[in-house]
Amino acid sequence: MNGILAKKLGMTQLFTEQGECVPVTVLEAGPCVVVCHRTENKEGYKAIQIGFGSKKEQRANKAEIGHFKKAGVDVCEHLAEFDVSDLESWPVGKEIGAADFADVKQVNVSGLSKGRGFAGAIKRHGFHSGPRSHGTHNMREPGSTSAHSYPGRVFPGKKMPGQYGNKKVTVKHLQVVKVDGERNLIFVRGAVPGPKNGVIVVRKD
Amino acid sequence: MSLNIEVIHQENTKSELADFRAGDTVTVNVKVIEGSKERIQPFKGVVIQKKNTGIATTLTVRKMSGNVFVERIFPVHSPRIDSIVVDRPGKVRQSRIYYMRDLRGKAARISERQV
Repeated sequence: MNGILAKKLGMTQLFTEQGECVPVTVLEAGPCVVVCHRTENKEGYKAIQIGFGSKKEQRANKAEIGHFKKAGVDVCEHLAEFDVSDLESWPVGKEIGAADFADVKQVNVSGLSKGRGFAGAIKRHGFHSGPRSHGTHNMREPGSTSAHSYPGRVFPGKKMPGQYGNKKVTVKHLQVVKVDGERNLIFVRGAVPGPKNGVIVVRKD
Repeated sequence: MSLNIEVIHQENTKSELADFRAGDTVTVNVKVIEGSKERIQPFKGVVIQKKNTGIATTLTVRKMSGNVFVERIFPVHSPRIDSIVVDRPGKVRQSRIYYMRDLRGKAARISERQV
């Protein structure tokens, strides 16, 4: 198994024995449960589907309830698939948690970034703002988008206002500082995309 | 799922902390490693500011070392800080007494606060 689903609890700091301060993000990884298998015969690849987070049965539709009933597990809020080399060691219904990451040094972390809606070029791309006073009307404008009759068009990929955030973001090679298997906590050095209580996919690097 | 970040903050903070504020004269006992030995080095001076930011709380201590002033910033919850002892509570009106940097001699006195 190369990954797990987690909830971002927030950021804090830890001290090393030498007194060095380490900024960490705390992830509650699990308890997750194996819901079903993807086999080479049927789907053409080997993977396990894991569920994370509890959900009231009345909030799930019949198809979902049937899916979880077949596995004999409680209804989960989130599902994700992860590749495995051997399906036998990950039977359906097996619980997985942060303890499976105890010997992992580095992880890649993906999450849905905080949504900022339709944002201007200053917030979205870090453009400079214009002067606020002296009769100007150029305060938060993006400025010129192109030259004149040559090229006579705006180049593709020009940075402009638009939707910012609420997009899948992956941060690679984050150092795992500490793993608390009992409470399913993974302490990762640095920041992780998304808001607090956001769902995060943690993959072994 | 009742776990939240506040619980983890609390686990990593020191439960017993000396009650000090700006203007107090304190001794910060810092653990220093010299070769293979560890000893405690006191740093005594006036608290210029205390930055209350939960687990990242720091204090800035200003003292006269020889004939120059030295300011050091200590993370309160660091394991390298052995203890903080209040020697003399001081009475000041501001919580950040940066004006002490411009004062010398008699003008730089701080009257004692009754506790």
